Amino acid sequence: MADRDGDSRQRFLPKHNLSLFFLCLSLSLSVSLGGCSEDKRTETKSQRDESAASHPQPAYGDTLVEGSIGDATNLIPMLASDSASHNISGLIINGLVKYDKDVKLVGDLAESWEVSQGGLQITFKLRRGVTWHDGHPFTARDVLFGFQTITNPNTPTAYAEDFRQVKKAEALDDYTFQVVYEKPFAPALTSWGNLVVLPKHLLEGKDIAKSELGRKPVGTGPYRFREWISRDRVILEANPNYFEGRPYIDRYVTRVIPDLATMFLELKAGGLDLMGLTPIQYKRQTGDRFFQQSYHKYRYLANAYTYLGYNLLDPKFKDKRVRQALSYAIDKEEIIKVVLLGLGVAATGPYKPGLWFYNPDVKKYPFNPAKALALLKEAGWEDRNGDGILDKDQEPFEFTVMTNEGNPVRQRTAVVIQERLKKIGIRMKIRVIEWSAFINEFIDKKDFEATILGWTTGFEPDQYDIWHSSKTGKKELNFISFKNSEVDELLEKGRRTFDQEERKAIYSRLQEILAEEQPYTFLYVPEALPIVHSRVYGIEPSPLGISYNLHRWYVPQGLQRYDRTELAP
Amino acid sequence: MLSYLVRRILTLIPLFFGITLISFAVIHLAPGSPIDVLADLNPKMTAEAKQRLISYYGLDKPLHERYYQWLRRFASLDFGVSFSPDRRPVMDKIRETLPITIVINALSLLLIMLVAIPIGAYSASHPYSAFDKSLTLFVYIGFAIPTFWLALLALILFSVQLEWLPISGFRSLDYARLSLAGKIWDMVSHLILPVLLSAFGGLAGLSRYMRGSMLEVMRQDYITAARSKGLSEREVIYKHALRNALLPVVTILGLSVPGLIGGSVIFEQIFAIPGMGRLFYTGVMSRDYPLVMGILTIGAFLTLLGNLFADISYALVDPRIRKGGKG
Amino acid sequence: MIQGAVWKSVRQNPLTLFGGFVVLMLFVVALGAPYFPVHDPYSIDADAVLEAPGLGHPFGTDELGRDVFSRVIYGARISLWVGFVSVGIAIVIGIFLGAVAGYYGGWMDGLIMRFVDVMLCFPTFFLILAVIAFLEPNIATIMAIIGLTGWMGVCRLVRAEFLSLKERDFVQSARALGVGNLRIIVHHILPNSLTPVMVAAILGIAGAILTESALSFLGIGVQPPTPSWGNILTSGKDNLQIAWWLSLFPGLAILVTVLSYNLLGEGLRDALDPRLRGSR
Repeated sequence: MADRDGDSRQRFLPKHNLSLFFLCLSLSLSVSLGGCSEDKRTETKSQRDESAASHPQPAYGDTLVEGSIGDATNLIPMLASDSASHNISGLIINGLVKYDKDVKLVGDLAESWEVSQGGLQITFKLRRGVTWHDGHPFTARDVLFGFQTITNPNTPTAYAEDFRQVKKAEALDDYTFQVVYEKPFAPALTSWGNLVVLPKHLLEGKDIAKSELGRKPVGTGPYRFREWISRDRVILEANPNYFEGRPYIDRYVTRVIPDLATMFLELKAGGLDLMGLTPIQYKRQTGDRFFQQSYHKYRYLANAYTYLGYNLLDPKFKDKRVRQALSYAIDKEEIIKVVLLGLGVAATGPYKPGLWFYNPDVKKYPFNPAKALALLKEAGWEDRNGDGILDKDQEPFEFTVMTNEGNPVRQRTAVVIQERLKKIGIRMKIRVIEWSAFINEFIDKKDFEATILGWTTGFEPDQYDIWHSSKTGKKELNFISFKNSEVDELLEKGRRTFDQEERKAIYSRLQEILAEEQPYTFLYVPEALPIVHSRVYGIEPSPLGISYNLHRWYVPQGLQRYDRTELAP
Repeated sequence: MLSYLVRRILTLIPLFFGITLISFAVIHLAPGSPIDVLADLNPKMTAEAKQRLISYYGLDKPLHERYYQWLRRFASLDFGVSFSPDRRPVMDKIRETLPITIVINALSLLLIMLVAIPIGAYSASHPYSAFDKSLTLFVYIGFAIPTFWLALLALILFSVQLEWLPISGFRSLDYARLSLAGKIWDMVSHLILPVLLSAFGGLAGLSRYMRGSMLEVMRQDYITAARSKGLSEREVIYKHALRNALLPVVTILGLSVPGLIGGSVIFEQIFAIPGMGRLFYTGVMSRDYPLVMGILTIGAFLTLLGNLFADISYALVDPRIRKGGKG
Repeated sequence: MIQGAVWKSVRQNPLTLFGGFVVLMLFVVALGAPYFPVHDPYSIDADAVLEAPGLGHPFGTDELGRDVFSRVIYGARISLWVGFVSVGIAIVIGIFLGAVAGYYGGWMDGLIMRFVDVMLCFPTFFLILAVIAFLEPNIATIMAIIGLTGWMGVCRLVRAEFLSLKERDFVQSARALGVGNLRIIVHHILPNSLTPVMVAAILGIAGAILTESALSFLGIGVQPPTPSWGNILTSGKDNLQIAWWLSLFPGLAILVTVLSYNLLGEGLRDALDPRLRGSR
């Protein structure tokens, strides 16, 4: 899918735990999101505490309207790669497992599971009595069918890789599903989210890519599909038979509003109940009495980071000292202050602060132009001809940073970096390229010098595909060609290890190496900034964000804005 | 008359192939491929998986083969299947977005005619008067102001401050439960700003053309003759001059169709209207080749239709053509 | 003598004069920008994000704390540059194809005019969008594609002029004297057919400036950090209610410029068209 902001286009899919991940509303527009995290915000909390004190009675009814810049593309999770689709299908379709409030893996459609044979075998016990939205009972055969579909080479899905690690999958009976892995695979359990659960009775013998189900999904989730007016809105209604209890909010509407300014006006006029704010909207446009009374704002670190990546095949960037110098020359705090208006934190590595595998004690690169110049001099770069530009072997220090069109935050970041580098005598050019050409012509072919991009990360530390030296081929994700034998070893070991403490040590070391090597200058972790109408109660911010418990949100009787809708039984 | 029509329609056919060929070439010579958008930078997508998608979508076939296949399917009005993950037929997508775009453009074209023709006629009958100059200024301001800026300003005034009009979309959430009158008002209220603003922007072209055409007619001998017969200036202008001045204006209407269609991208984007302009824009950004091809062709087809329509109405009012003379 | 009549006609129309004056002023601003004592339009100030107009920043600052006044001034250079080059491209193509079609006639004329018809059928803005999005939204691409989609009007005008001029006595006599075709085209006919082209060019510049701003709105206009009126206005639109200055000044700049070019073009057309002149 594509749209102006480009965020929905350039958003990188989280690893492994995709479906769980997308259960968070991806609300923010100007930052990559998809994941949500710890609520480190105090003002919101206190606001919420006050309202909690009065504690109104939960009530059924009302409609919530969310704003989205892009339309969904396909509501079968394994076929869509945009967050707009996953946000909606996440409310309709359950997985076997999910994360709870405290980011602990718990059963969703699975009641329990058992890991045996040294981690090679997982046996899921499924919930009984769950029905699909059309009344058909849900069984282990649906999971098996989903697994067979996602691993079928003819299915145009981007998520098959985790499931190819599976040697054997079978439905032992209606409520028991068992998988056996070839080798130990630590991210195994988290992969059984809602990607692989499909209604077999509706899809068997059909081409899933052309199936009606992508437009009219049938799931087991808290909301069931009602209507999709393309490019305009998707309407979901409460599933009265949801196995965790009928959701309070009757209808959940996602409206597509492609222009940010219009979307904000719509929020102001009351046409939207929730949306993601940009940093400027959060800081400067929503502070007045009207917004304080009518809306609650939330903020938490997104599960994403933005980086400046260097093509390590380029002779300029082969020298570690040059990369370190650039990291010293860039003022991350300035970027956070200007571009994010303070709504983000400096990134120190590929993981978000606060997660169990995050290592805070790595080498950091505070803004220090003098040190940068010293390191560059060591590496042979200085201004010998007095033109204000550093040079080496008669070559001036010039390079082009590429980034994708449609992401104003990234472009502003590039501009701020450009100004900083200019001051120490490095000429950086910015080239903004439409997303698909950018990936196909430059990133995939490794025809770039440096790039500003972002990764969406998850609650699982495995980043084999991004850092392993075997993944440096064309069209693979280690496109900067980072090769480090110790990192390779750590990545392989991390995938095969189940013990959390051992894994923590492995990934801590990984972060140390990456911090020292600076294959990327890790720039910042932005915050997700959702805003929700104040008549909505029951929101409990967690590291997952706010929307993981959407089916428990409610609007008290007197505050409901929309009429009750009659739900068909 | 009939032979004239047949001749006109025959000339359209090569035009039509020219159009499809150019759009096909433009789209396919560009770098990048839809697979990237489909896959994003998904850590879990291997090169092999990408290759699979490429052959799935037929992107590995040579260009001329793809054009030939496209043409063949086009003969049965089948534009193929969209590259976006919904895998829906392009024709379905166009069909659901085209009506709203046509409604907005037709309404604004109508409004332009209703306002621009009197303005042009009046200006021409009082050339260089203060009123002519103010009208000139007015229509050019409409043309010169960036539409998205004016649209947002209008939204803030009419929708946020005064709360008279809805902000975005083309119908309200509770549309289905409204009475008939309520439904009509709901539609109308959503269309007021887009139509008004689009018409404001298009006023200059037609009104200035009308003014020029009218000035030209006013100098013709038969107008002088009519004046000398003692007809009142009103009668001269509205009975004789206006009708003749309108003739060339009819032809320019057909030509203004592509401009209006192009402009709908902006309006649909700012007012969140699910029309064809936005469909095209998202298609372009995700390199949805079949979709972009389909819309370019449909757009050009509409223009051809507009031109043909203009030709026919021209022929109907112009006796020389009606009687089989050269057009 | 003719010049005198033209000047008289222009002088009598205050709108044309206004347009001409603004266009002239814009040249001064655009060419003189580097010599004006204004802020560096690229210099970022983390402590002055979105500041209202004041003594230090007469037009306020933008979302990176840059001075809007100097960005609007430098934006004039870019916007006008885009206008001139793209129209230049359109004119070159239009004159060439129009001259060939009009002078030689026959199948060449038929082919070229069919091509013109094909191009006229495209919703031009769609074509521009497609090409820019597929290639790269930089100034060169934008100018090229606006030019490549905007030559048809000029082509038709030039062809019409050629059709009528080539039958005139001075062309016929030159041909009788054995002057080559190229020479006749370039030295005899072309100079006499440039008047309507000039008017079309002036109007075309206005159109190109508007197209650039529409592209900027869609995010594929002139790219940052280079300021263009279109991209300053676009960054202003998201902050319309808290930073009016960020949209007002570039918006007015576009409005006044496009308006002036149109008034000037229109006035010149009236003045240069002897049939219209004296009709008052």
